[in-house]
Amino acid sequence: MKQTVSIRGSAHTDLIHDSAIKHVSGGADYCDDIAEPIGTLHAYFGTAKVAHATINSVDLSAVRAAPGVVGVLTAEDVPGVNDVSPTGRHDEPLFATEKVEFWGQVLFAVVAESRDIARRAVELAKIDYTPLDHVIEADEAVAKGYPHVTPPMTLKRGDVAEGQAAAAHRIQGQMRIGGQDHMYLEGHIAFAMPGEDDDVIVHSSTQHPSEAQHMVAHVLGVPSNAVVVNVRRMGGGFGGKESQMNQFCAVAAMAAKKWQRAVKIRPDRDQDMETTGKRHDFVVDYDVAFDDEGQIQAVDNTFAARCGWTSDLSGPVTDRALFHADNAYFYPHVKLQSRPMKTNTVSNTAFRGFGGPQGVVAAERMMEEIAYKLGKDPLEVRKANFYGDTDRNLTPYHQRVEDNVMPRLVEELEQTSDYQARRKAVLEHNAKGGIIRKGLSLTPVKFGISFTATWYNQAGALVHIYNDGSIMLNHGGTEMGQGLNTKIAQVVAEAFQVDFDTIKITKTTTEKVPNTSATAASSGTDLNGMAALNACEQIKERLVRWACDHFGVEALLVEFAPNQVHVGDKTFTFGEFIKQAYMSRVQLWAAGFYKTPKIHWDREKGQGRPFYYYAYGAAVAEVSVDTLTGEYTVDRADVLHDVGKSLNPVLDKGQVEGAFVQGMGWLTTEELKWDDKGQLRTHAPSTYKIPLAGDVPREFNVNLADWSENRELTIKRSKAVGEPPFMLPICVFEALGMAVASVADYTECPRLDAPATPECVLMAVERLRG
Amino acid sequence: MSKKMHIKLNVNGKDEEFLAEPRELLIHTLRERLNITGPHIGCETSHCGACTVSINGKSVKSCTMFAAQANGAQITTIEGIGGTDNLHPLQEAFKEHHGLQCGFCTSGMITRATKLLEEIPNPTEEEIRFGMAGNICRCTGYQNIVKSIQAAAAEMNAAKEAAE
Ligand code: FES
Ligand code: FES
Repeated sequence: MKQTVSIRGSAHTDLIHDSAIKHVSGGADYCDDIAEPIGTLHAYFGTAKVAHATINSVDLSAVRAAPGVVGVLTAEDVPGVNDVSPTGRHDEPLFATEKVEFWGQVLFAVVAESRDIARRAVELAKIDYTPLDHVIEADEAVAKGYPHVTPPMTLKRGDVAEGQAAAAHRIQGQMRIGGQDHMYLEGHIAFAMPGEDDDVIVHSSTQHPSEAQHMVAHVLGVPSNAVVVNVRRMGGGFGGKESQMNQFCAVAAMAAKKWQRAVKIRPDRDQDMETTGKRHDFVVDYDVAFDDEGQIQAVDNTFAARCGWTSDLSGPVTDRALFHADNAYFYPHVKLQSRPMKTNTVSNTAFRGFGGPQGVVAAERMMEEIAYKLGKDPLEVRKANFYGDTDRNLTPYHQRVEDNVMPRLVEELEQTSDYQARRKAVLEHNAKGGIIRKGLSLTPVKFGISFTATWYNQAGALVHIYNDGSIMLNHGGTEMGQGLNTKIAQVVAEAFQVDFDTIKITKTTTEKVPNTSATAASSGTDLNGMAALNACEQIKERLVRWACDHFGVEALLVEFAPNQVHVGDKTFTFGEFIKQAYMSRVQLWAAGFYKTPKIHWDREKGQGRPFYYYAYGAAVAEVSVDTLTGEYTVDRADVLHDVGKSLNPVLDKGQVEGAFVQGMGWLTTEELKWDDKGQLRTHAPSTYKIPLAGDVPREFNVNLADWSENRELTIKRSKAVGEPPFMLPICVFEALGMAVASVADYTECPRLDAPATPECVLMAVERLRG
Repeated sequence: MSKKMHIKLNVNGKDEEFLAEPRELLIHTLRERLNITGPHIGCETSHCGACTVSINGKSVKSCTMFAAQANGAQITTIEGIGGTDNLHPLQEAFKEHHGLQCGFCTSGMITRATKLLEEIPNPTEEEIRFGMAGNICRCTGYQNIVKSIQAAAAEMNAAKEAAE
């Protein structure tokens, strides 16, 4: 009789987060929860209180003399190289020497018996500066001839002048797009333990343990093999802990080696927000030419970004803005340029979407411009410009869009959200001319998946089966709440047909899988899942070969059934089978490897196939705006998102919801403000407003496109989910625009800048009323 | 350094007694002195709620209260709400309804929610969203957090009815 038993936690099932039970009972350990060895010291950064200056003198004598202070670290104490630049451009000194380039730059670190002592001692430093002129805004940097922090990029196809000449309409404009603080709930932290010889172990909350390892080695002047970086889990990352953790790891490790004691460093929230990078702010100059139907003929856009004082990851971030400046639309003639501007601000960095969202927002602004100009429903204009299936499918970087599911997705969402009827109702409501105006908007997202640094698209995993049949899984990705560990363990459970609980997922450590890429670019599951599967397949192959030999059966007759293995007419539990294999001296562990196929990219030429595939999504939002105060609510949002064949729908849906709300925060309430002196004034949750439970859409319907399957051979045909849904709430932003535009009877594009805070909305209402 | 104070607390049913400086914050007492690491430090300024505990039946952010102010109090942290083999209905609901991602806000969320459900045993969605406004989550978008609290409220009310 055929039994329909199945394992618990196979791929494509709803499985709760593997650490859920620990999270709800307080037992999940974060870096700050690791028990401190006796004698643990605490480090704290001393930072600059000026945006741009030459340093005349630094007097730390009072700092050193403070009771409980063990010592101070400055550039002079760096045994290796005073640099933590993640891309090897050597432009990011760990400690400033002659010059200060932003308010909050690290000048020195105090190491003391307690964190409290270290924090107080920092204030005793006497620094004498000669202030210099400073620049905060990207366009101001362009105007003042500030340099690029990294070479800009141009994407070009067709002939823009020709397209413009042939088009009936042309609109030029400018849009300002604000940055965003990550506001991960767990801030930066590193905890270093000295070892023998050159060795040091660093526990940290980093998305990129391999880079942290290499940076610590670089700063200490030791080979990478002397440094171990461990990450159990993060209390959120979102890109903010990709490169930004390097400085904390390096200082903790330096101090641990110098004083031969464990050293922890954890900035307070204000210092975390002042000294670590954020999402890039952009100023986009757009120039779009189109015909009477609203179809785009030519696009000529320039993207100037506030990169901050160093390059950090600004090269690939501004590149990705260009890669997404088309969003889901075909541009017959196109030229896109990036301007990665140096500014006297903290060095901006990775943040969910990595520049992509800014490109997409600018594309959507052009759709709005066209719609207002022609008096059309913006959705109609969007549809008229979607990529085609077989023609009109070439991107500005000369990759063909071969997996376009946008038309189907949007049609479905239009139906399920009742878009047309609701648009009619909104128009009727606004026609009555009341104080509360409504807006409704549907916007699409197409997002390219792969690191554009092609070599980053590799991953490793290590799978051990112990002779009792229990399995240990290790891979190069890091867990920050996204459920990566859960998904990869599901892949392993499915491969061996064992219950999920058979598998232990261990911390990420540079000791087990070397040279890993950052857990970023939404690629965690795609890459590490494939590497883990590769390891499982190697072990299975050995087991099958052995079983054939040992039991004298054909390979076809060795079957991994749920928690059992059938060999011919014999049946063993998985544990028994493994025990026998062990007794017969079968190697029961394997290292797996994966590299993404098909991708290549020539940045000089601006041509190639940087992305393995695309993820798609669309969302509709309805808002109400009080035109007397600018305050608004999101009354309803509907989402339809494509995650391919989901490995774990409940986790994926959680990612979509979380990304939507985070993206909504970026476009509505999260505002970064610098004062005239160049100090960031929004450096704590008291002044920087992220969404609360009551700020999200009143009605929020989120669905995954359950018919979707990745056309490429990704892990179980799933698609990446971390970043793409971050851009869905652009519909909220555009709906606010519609409500505002209603006061001028939709004759003018409202041209909201992001974030559309109530203040910004009110000013736009006033401007349109004239 | 000021004179140390003699402080007595009852934390999760256990009596604790120690000498501490008057400026010692309760979150540090819990995490560093008593090794109770369920309450987390997110902002240290009363804004995020990661450090929420219950003190004499009220939700309190332990990052902005001195241990001395809590002298003589009954304190409950996430660890005192339920362990892995006897989860409280709220803990069970957060686990089952995926009311967490990175988990850093979770202990504070659940600790706050236990009091919310004492204040309003049958809250509307609106009341939950308002009642949880002191706790930030950067990961989930709050949907599943609200669902978890609703599910736990239903479960607890059903159990109460059954008992009556
Ligand atoms: S740490 Fe106490 S409220 Fe944030
Ligand atoms: S789950 Fe990460 S902050 Fe709430």
